[in-house]
Amino acid sequence: MKPQVKIKTLSIDGRDIGAREDETILEVARENGIAIPTLCWLEGLSTVGACRLCMVEIEGSSRLLPACTTHVEEGMRIATDSERLRRYRRQIVELIFSERNHVCSVCVSNGHCELQSLAQALGIVRVHVPYRYPRLDVDASHPRFVVDHNRCILCTRCVRVCDEVEGAHTWDVSGRGVDARVITDLAQPWGASESCTGCGKCVHVCPTGALFEKGKSVAEMSKRRQFLPYLTLMREERR
Amino acid sequence: MTSTITIDPLTRVEGHGRITIQLDDQGFVSDAHFHVTQLRGFEKLCEGRPFYEMPSLMARICGICPVSHLIASAKACDEIMAVKIPDTAMKLRRMMNLAQILQSHALNFFHLSSPDLLLGMDADPATRNVFSMASTHPQLVRDGVRLRQIGQLIIELLGGKRIHPAWVVPGGVTEPLSVEQRDTILRMLPEALTITLRTIDLFKGIVDRFPEETRAFGNFPTLFMGLVDDRGGLEHYDGTLRIVDAAGSRVADGFDPRRYREIIGEAVEPWSFLKFPYYIPRGYPEGIYRVGPLARLNVVDTALTRWADQELAEFRQLGHGTVLSSFHYHYARLIEILFAVERIEQLLSEKEILSTHVRAHAAPNAAEGIGVSEAPRGLLIHHYRVDGQGLIEWANLIIATGHNNLAMNRAILQVAKRFIRGDRLQEGMLNRVEAVIRAFDPCLSCSTHAVGRMPLAIDLVGAQGELLHELRRR
Repeated sequence: MKPQVKIKTLSIDGRDIGAREDETILEVARENGIAIPTLCWLEGLSTVGACRLCMVEIEGSSRLLPACTTHVEEGMRIATDSERLRRYRRQIVELIFSERNHVCSVCVSNGHCELQSLAQALGIVRVHVPYRYPRLDVDASHPRFVVDHNRCILCTRCVRVCDEVEGAHTWDVSGRGVDARVITDLAQPWGASESCTGCGKCVHVCPTGALFEKGKSVAEMSKRRQFLPYLTLMREERR
Repeated sequence: MTSTITIDPLTRVEGHGRITIQLDDQGFVSDAHFHVTQLRGFEKLCEGRPFYEMPSLMARICGICPVSHLIASAKACDEIMAVKIPDTAMKLRRMMNLAQILQSHALNFFHLSSPDLLLGMDADPATRNVFSMASTHPQLVRDGVRLRQIGQLIIELLGGKRIHPAWVVPGGVTEPLSVEQRDTILRMLPEALTITLRTIDLFKGIVDRFPEETRAFGNFPTLFMGLVDDRGGLEHYDGTLRIVDAAGSRVADGFDPRRYREIIGEAVEPWSFLKFPYYIPRGYPEGIYRVGPLARLNVVDTALTRWADQELAEFRQLGHGTVLSSFHYHYARLIEILFAVERIEQLLSEKEILSTHVRAHAAPNAAEGIGVSEAPRGLLIHHYRVDGQGLIEWANLIIATGHNNLAMNRAILQVAKRFIRGDRLQEGMLNRVEAVIRAFDPCLSCSTHAVGRMPLAIDLVGAQGELLHELRRR
């Protein structure tokens, strides 16, 4: 811990909490056992604030702010759960479901999927917007892994882990808006990638069944993410 | 004045179908058609998907017989991997397939068909269902529910869940059998055997009430097709194809089912989404054949289990060479339940059934795979082609109900000619037309319209399009 870190006092959901000034609302909430849903955020990776699921209400501000990128301030009064927040979160998840072809029943990650668990936790039983049913490719050219764009939610965890932890920067995002895709190298087949080390970190940080190991059958792809915080910690200590 | 009778939707079958009956100027039946009015598109929607996903994807074709599709699909995938799966995995899959046949046959006999058989074809349609059977024949209904439950429990014990278990995978199965699971299944089997024997006795007691139905329910010569094992025994998982004619003479034997395209052609008619498979050497539509319980018992030499063989001997007395009346699908189904119970017990008593080596792993090594097995309703064929990455390029499925399409259409015509006359309709006449379809136990899709009041609409329409007679149930 850095020496001159100041402590701020604030309240989350009516609980008075003390936090270090360099912490985000999300970190403080998790330390105190307050659950805020996330999809793009992952401990050990940089923060992008893309999925907007961790939006919270802060007294005195009419805007909602993402808990993952907002640092704590003295006297903040934060609400992490309200009917308004739940409505927005449901809408976000429904839009994700409608955007691509998420068919849980035949997915390798069925039962181990963050998107699926989140939908269950938010009580989503149907999607209120029409599905887009895009025609998307599956790239199985890599000898060990497969990317199925039908199940990708563009959280960019794969992009960040490959760049920040593995240091290969094989993954990136091409296109904009609804046409955005994760790509390997310069949109070459994954199997043809010269930068990929085949480490598999991207597969294990992927929250859905978009990235998976070959040979895994339906519901067999459970991911191991525990390695990431340890890996980051070890590297920081070594520096 | 010609007119048309339409039965839509067809009730107490699995899926959505419609029947039209053409009457001629004198009010006699001139033609009849069985239309399958739904298009599913599974062969198309799987294109581009990894072959590993196919068993689970294809299982969604049906909620009643998902296991049949799991088995045939996994076998096709085994071929794409070009592996020989562990023996124990094969036995476990075989066991699940038998449990599936047990529960599906029980569903047809007890839930869908027994109201016709025990309450009568002309009984009031408001009470001709399994719910009123619960008060008139409580033991039978209890037996039916329990027998189906035993089948489903075996599937659940093996695969983790009753419908669409993800346990059957390319290369084998995901989990071995535990001692506890084996013993739990073994404890249920004696009860299943008792129920089945009791039901067979009951059926034999009532079958004589239906002489007209036995004579006219799809009673005509056709070929029969089914798998047999290397001893000519009853086989549902592997084996080779045998085809016999109406006299029981072998038309084909020891035929590798992977070569199905050499003998099975698929014709298309504009009035149905269901194709019309036929035996190529005899042409269309003369190459009409039947599959399923009746066909399987007609092609085998023996069942290879004690009780089933005893009943099989009695079954053979119903015909000369083969049993031709489709009404006897019911009896054949009960005999197959017996066989399933006995065979599951045999498999469980084998020592290596508890082996933990139940899965082979491999990349896609072959570009093509064909999986053939016997589903409750008959021969099931899954045929896939993959690209170099193992993504599906093309799929062809021939479902048991499809094989029987020609025979079902001819059976409807036969029943309609025998029971429907004139321009006034009686409900019992139309129920017989539906009942002959139920005898085949077609699985038109995933959904069942199993019980309750039948939303049936029949219109008699004259040559000029005028409505002559209308009969509606809601």
